[in-house]
Amino acid sequence: MPILSILIFLPLIASLLIVCLPEQYTRYFKWITVIICVIELFLSLILYKNFDTHSASYQFLEQMDWITLPMGNLGTVSIDYILAIDGASLPLVLLTGIVMLIGAISSFEIQERQRAYFGLYLLLTSAIMGCFVALDFFLFYLFFEFMLLPMYFLIGLWGGPRRDYASIKFFIYTLVGSLLILVVMIALYIAAIDPVETALNLGLITNKLQATPEIIGQVQEMLRSGKIEAVNQVHTFNFFYLSDTANFVPESWLSTVSGANWHGTPIRMIAFLLVFLGFAVKLPMVPLHTWLPDAHVEAPTPVSVVLAGVLLKIGGYGFYRIAYSIFPDAANHYAFLVGILGVISIIYGAYNALSMRDLKRMIAYSSVSHMGFVLLGMASLTSEGINGAIYQMFSHGILSAMLFLLVGVLYSRTHDRQIENYRGLAQKMPQFTVLTAIAFFASLGLPAFSGFIGEFFSLMGGFNSELLPNWLSGVATLGLVLGAAYFLWTFQKMFLGKFWVSKNPESISDLSDREQLMLVSLAILALLFGIFPHLLFDITNQTVGAFLVP
Amino acid sequence: MSLITLIPLFPLIGFLINGIGFNIVPKNLAGIISTAAALASFCCAVVLFMNFSGEVQIAKVFDWITVGKLNISMSFQIDQLSLLMLLIITGVGSLIHIYSMGYMSHDAGYGKFFSFLNLFLFFMLLLVMGSNYVVMFIGWEGVGLCSYLLIGFWNKNTNYGTAARKAFIMNRIGDLGFLLGIFMIISHFGSVEYLDVFEDLGHGTVAGDKTIMWITLLLFIGAMGKSAQIPLYTWLPDAMAGPTPVSALIHAATMVTAGIYMVIRSNALYSLAPETLHIVGWVGLATALLAASIGIFQNDIKKVLAYSTVSQLGYMFMGLGVMAYSSSFFHVMTHAFFKALLFLGAGSVIHAMSDEQDIRKMGGLRKALPITFWTFLIATIAISGIPPFAGFFSKDEILAHVYEHSPLMWGLALAGSVMTSFYMFRLLFLTFFGEFRGTKEQEHHLHESPLSMTLPLMILAVLSAVGGFFNVPHLLGGDSKLANFMAPLFAHSHAVAHAADESLEKTLMIISVIAAILSAGIAYYLFIGKKSVPVADSKVAGLQKVIYNKYYIDELYDTIFVKPISALSKFFYSVIDFLVIDLAIEGIGKLVKGLSSEARLMQDGRTGVYLFVMVLSIAVIIVWTLKDFILVGFK
Repeated sequence: MPILSILIFLPLIASLLIVCLPEQYTRYFKWITVIICVIELFLSLILYKNFDTHSASYQFLEQMDWITLPMGNLGTVSIDYILAIDGASLPLVLLTGIVMLIGAISSFEIQERQRAYFGLYLLLTSAIMGCFVALDFFLFYLFFEFMLLPMYFLIGLWGGPRRDYASIKFFIYTLVGSLLILVVMIALYIAAIDPVETALNLGLITNKLQATPEIIGQVQEMLRSGKIEAVNQVHTFNFFYLSDTANFVPESWLSTVSGANWHGTPIRMIAFLLVFLGFAVKLPMVPLHTWLPDAHVEAPTPVSVVLAGVLLKIGGYGFYRIAYSIFPDAANHYAFLVGILGVISIIYGAYNALSMRDLKRMIAYSSVSHMGFVLLGMASLTSEGINGAIYQMFSHGILSAMLFLLVGVLYSRTHDRQIENYRGLAQKMPQFTVLTAIAFFASLGLPAFSGFIGEFFSLMGGFNSELLPNWLSGVATLGLVLGAAYFLWTFQKMFLGKFWVSKNPESISDLSDREQLMLVSLAILALLFGIFPHLLFDITNQTVGAFLVP
Repeated sequence: MSLITLIPLFPLIGFLINGIGFNIVPKNLAGIISTAAALASFCCAVVLFMNFSGEVQIAKVFDWITVGKLNISMSFQIDQLSLLMLLIITGVGSLIHIYSMGYMSHDAGYGKFFSFLNLFLFFMLLLVMGSNYVVMFIGWEGVGLCSYLLIGFWNKNTNYGTAARKAFIMNRIGDLGFLLGIFMIISHFGSVEYLDVFEDLGHGTVAGDKTIMWITLLLFIGAMGKSAQIPLYTWLPDAMAGPTPVSALIHAATMVTAGIYMVIRSNALYSLAPETLHIVGWVGLATALLAASIGIFQNDIKKVLAYSTVSQLGYMFMGLGVMAYSSSFFHVMTHAFFKALLFLGAGSVIHAMSDEQDIRKMGGLRKALPITFWTFLIATIAISGIPPFAGFFSKDEILAHVYEHSPLMWGLALAGSVMTSFYMFRLLFLTFFGEFRGTKEQEHHLHESPLSMTLPLMILAVLSAVGGFFNVPHLLGGDSKLANFMAPLFAHSHAVAHAADESLEKTLMIISVIAAILSAGIAYYLFIGKKSVPVADSKVAGLQKVIYNKYYIDELYDTIFVKPISALSKFFYSVIDFLVIDLAIEGIGKLVKGLSSEARLMQDGRTGVYLFVMVLSIAVIIVWTLKDFILVGFK
C-alpha cells in the first residue's frame, strides 16, 4: 500500500470533494475534515509502528519517473516522484498527523465560509505532508510553495483586524526565503547527476535494477575524470544523490573540487548560507522573525495551532534535509555562526516574551526562543544535539499547539488577550488553570515533560560539541531562566490572586468537552514523550548516526 | 517488583489518586491515602535498612534514553547515603503528613494539598535514590516544582504568588549550574552513573584537575540554589508563605538539604578539587553568619526559623568545605529532627493564635500550649548546641573539623553559633514566656493542638533529644556509629578530614558550649529579666534597621538584576524589534512601492514624451560612445 502517497493525496481529494459538494452539506464539512485527519494520523501511526528502527536508510520508498526531458547539450532533466521517510522525517510526519487533527477539531469554531476554510485546511494538510515525505528537491519545493497559498488565505480571510498586514507580511517573508532556496535548487540541479540514470544512458546497464554500488562507483569515477559528456549526463533533484558529493560534475560551481568562489568565498558556502537563510525565515530565526508574532496574533486559533505546531518545523527540517545533508562541509565551517544565531534567538525571543502584554504575542515570542534550541542543536553536529533538535521540534509542536489552544479558549470567551485584563482565573476556571499550568511548566522545560528532553539534549550537544565554545551553551541556558520568568510571571498575573476580568467577565466558564478533549490529549502526549523519550530517540538515532558518520 | 522501586511508587500513586480524583475523593480519605502512602514508603525503607548488607544495590527500572553513545537509565541506587536519606525523608515526611491532617483540616484545598505533598515526596525520593546525575536532576527540578506549588498554595494572596515565583526562578538559576555540570560530566566521563564516574576517577585523576574543579563548581551552583546559600538564599525566607507543614518538610528538613546530599554524593569529585572546597567552606560560613545576624532581629516566628535554616545549612556546607562529610550529614539528620520540630511547633502556635505570626503579639503561651512548649524547648536547646541534645553532637563535630582546617574559620563559626543560641532563645522567651500581648479574642481562642499535631511533635522531640547518640564521638566514649556506617561512601575520596586530637577537641567543645549557654543567658536577661519586647517596625533605626531589612539584599537584587532585565526586554521589543527590524523591512517595502509609483508615471501613454526620451537617450548613448573623440577635439 503506497501509504505516503495516500498521506498526500487523501486530503487533496477530500479538499476537492468539499469544494464540489452542494451547499446543503455545509454542516458536514468539518466532520469530513476531522475524519480525514483521523485517517492521516492513523496512517502516520502505521508508519511509526512499521518503521525499522535499526535501519538508517530511507523507508517506505515510492518511486515513479515523473518528468524526463532531454535537453540536448544540457543533458537530461529528470524529476522523479519519489517519496520516502527516514528517522528525521517520521517524527515530523507523526507530529503533522497529531497537530492537523487537533487543528481540525479546533476549527469547529469557524462559522463563516466553511467551504473555503475546510477546503484550504485540507489542501494545507496535503502540502505539509508532501513536504515531509518528498525525497526529490523539486517535489519538496513544489509542496513548500504550495503551503503558502492556503496559509495566506487562512490568515487573510479568517484573521483578526490587522489580517491584511499580517498575511502580506507572512507571504512576502516566506516568499523571499523560498526564492533563496530556489536559486540553490537550480544550482544543485546543474551540478549533480543521477548515477543510475546516467549509467542507463551510457548503456552500462539496461535496467535500473541492475545498478549495483560498483556500477554507481564506476559512473562516479567516470564523472570525476570527465569522461561523461554533458549530453549523457542525467541531472537530478533527488536528495539521496544530492547528498553525495561524488555525484557532482567536477567543474560545476557546487562541486567540492571546482574551487569556484566569489571574492574568495567558495560558492558551496554561499549556497549553504542561502538555503540556511531561506529556511531560517520559516523557523523563524532572529532577526528574520518579525512576521511570526503578527501572523499569530491575527490568525484564528486553529491556524495559529498549525502555524506554530507544524509549519515552523519545516524550517528545521529543511536545515537537516537540505542545508546540512547536502553541504556538510559548510555546516561544519559555519557551525559557530549557526550556533550563535540560535543562541541569539533563544535569548532575544525570551527577552521579548518577557515584555509582552498580549498573551498570544508572548507565546509567539516564546516560540522564537524555543526554536532557537533547534538551531543550537543542529549547529553542534553531534548525535545528542541533532537528536535533541529533532526532539525539540516535535515537543514544541505539541506544546505550542497546546499553548495557542489555551489562548483561543480565553479569547473565544472574552475577545480579549491582554494579560493584565485577567486576574485570579484559577477560581472560576480550575480545569483551564490546571491545563495552562501543565502547558507552561512543560514549555519552560520541566523534567517529565517533552520540552525538557529536547532542550536538555540540544544544550548538551551544543556544550559538548567541538565546533562550538562552551560559553555559547552556557549563555543559552539563560533562556531557561528567562523562560521560567515569563511563563510564571504570566501565570501569576492571570491565574492567581482575586478573580477579576476586565471585559465580559460573565462569559467566563470552564472548558467545554471539545476543548478538554484537545487539551488533555496534548497534555498526555507531552507527558508521554517526556517520560519515554525513547519513543522518538529510537526512531531518530540510526538516521542521525548515519548522517554524522557517512 | 522490588522493594526499592516501591518506595517512590507509593507517593506517586497517592498523588495520582488525589490529583486526578481531586473532586471525587472525599476529603477525609485524601489525607489518609497520602499519609498511608508516606508510611508505606517509610516501612519499605526500614525493611531495606534492616536487610542492608553493606553492598551497593542498583535497581534498574528501565532503559531511559539512548542517544548516540550515551545511555541514561532510570535506575535507583541503594547505599549508605541513600538509605539514610530515605529514612529521614519518609520518616519525617510521614510525621508531617500526620500533622497536616490536623493543621489543614479547615482548608478548602485539603485534597490538593495532600496530592502536592505526595508529589513532593515522590520527587524527593527520586532525587536521593537515582543512581545517576540525570535522575537526580529530575528529582531536583521536580521538588522545585512542588516547592513552587506549595509556597503559592494560598494563591489568592498576591505576595504568596510572588514568593513562589521567586523561589522557582532562583532555584532555576542554580539548576543551570547543575545542568552544565552534568554536561561536563558527560563529556569528561562519558557516563552519568555515579559508580562509573567515581570508578573512572580512580584511574589517575589528580587533585587540582581543572575539569574536576569546573564540574564541582558548577554542581555547587546548583547546591547554592537549592540549599539557599549566598547569593541564592533570599528565596527561602520568602518561601515561608507556604503552609507551615510545608515549611517544615520542604524548607527545613528535606528539600533544602538536597545540596548537601549532592556534594556528599559527589565527594569523590569534590575531594579532588581543593579550590572548590575552599569556596564551599567560605560560602557556607558567610551564609551561616549573614543569616544568623538577620535572624536576631526578625519578629515573624517563621522568618526567624527560616533564617536559622539558612544559617544551619551554611554550617553544613562549611563542614563539607573541610571534607567533614559524615559530620555534615550528621548535622543534616539532627537538623531534620529539630528544625522540623521547631516549624511544626511554630505551626501549632500559629494555629492556636488564629494565624498570627508576629512574636511581639505572643507571650506566655507555655500555659496554654504545654506540649508545644516543652517540645519547642527541647528543639531550641538542640539547635543551640547545648548537650546532651542532638545539635550539640553534630555541630560540635563540624566545628572540630573546621578548627583543624583553619582556626579563623572556627572563630567565626563560633560567633555564628553564639548568635544561633541567642535568636533561638529570644524566640522561645518572647513566644512562651512573659505576658500575653495579643488581642482578647486570640487569648480566648488559645488552645493546645489536637493529637494528630502533637503526636508528631512528641516523636520529633524524642529524636531531637536522643538523635545525637547515633554518632557519639570517641572522645565522649562513643563509637561514631554513623561515621563508621558511612565510611564506605568515602572510599574514593583520598583525604577525608580527621578530627583534631582529643584534648584540643575537648577544649573546643567546652568553649562552644559555654558560649551557647552564655548567649542564652543574655537572651534570658533581656527578654525575661528586662521584659523587653522588640519595637514596632517604624521605630527601628540605624544598623538594626539595615539588618531588620535583611541588609536590603532583595532591593539590591531588584536594582542590579530585575530592573535591568525588564528594561532590556522592553528595549528589545520596542526599539530593536519594532523600530529597527520592522521599520527596516517595511522601509524596503515602502521604497519599492514608492519607486514603482514614480516609475509608473513615466509610462502615461503620451507618444510625444516617449519620442522625446528616446531621442534624448540615443543622444546620450552617442555622446558616451564618442566621448573620447569629443574630448580629444576639445584638447
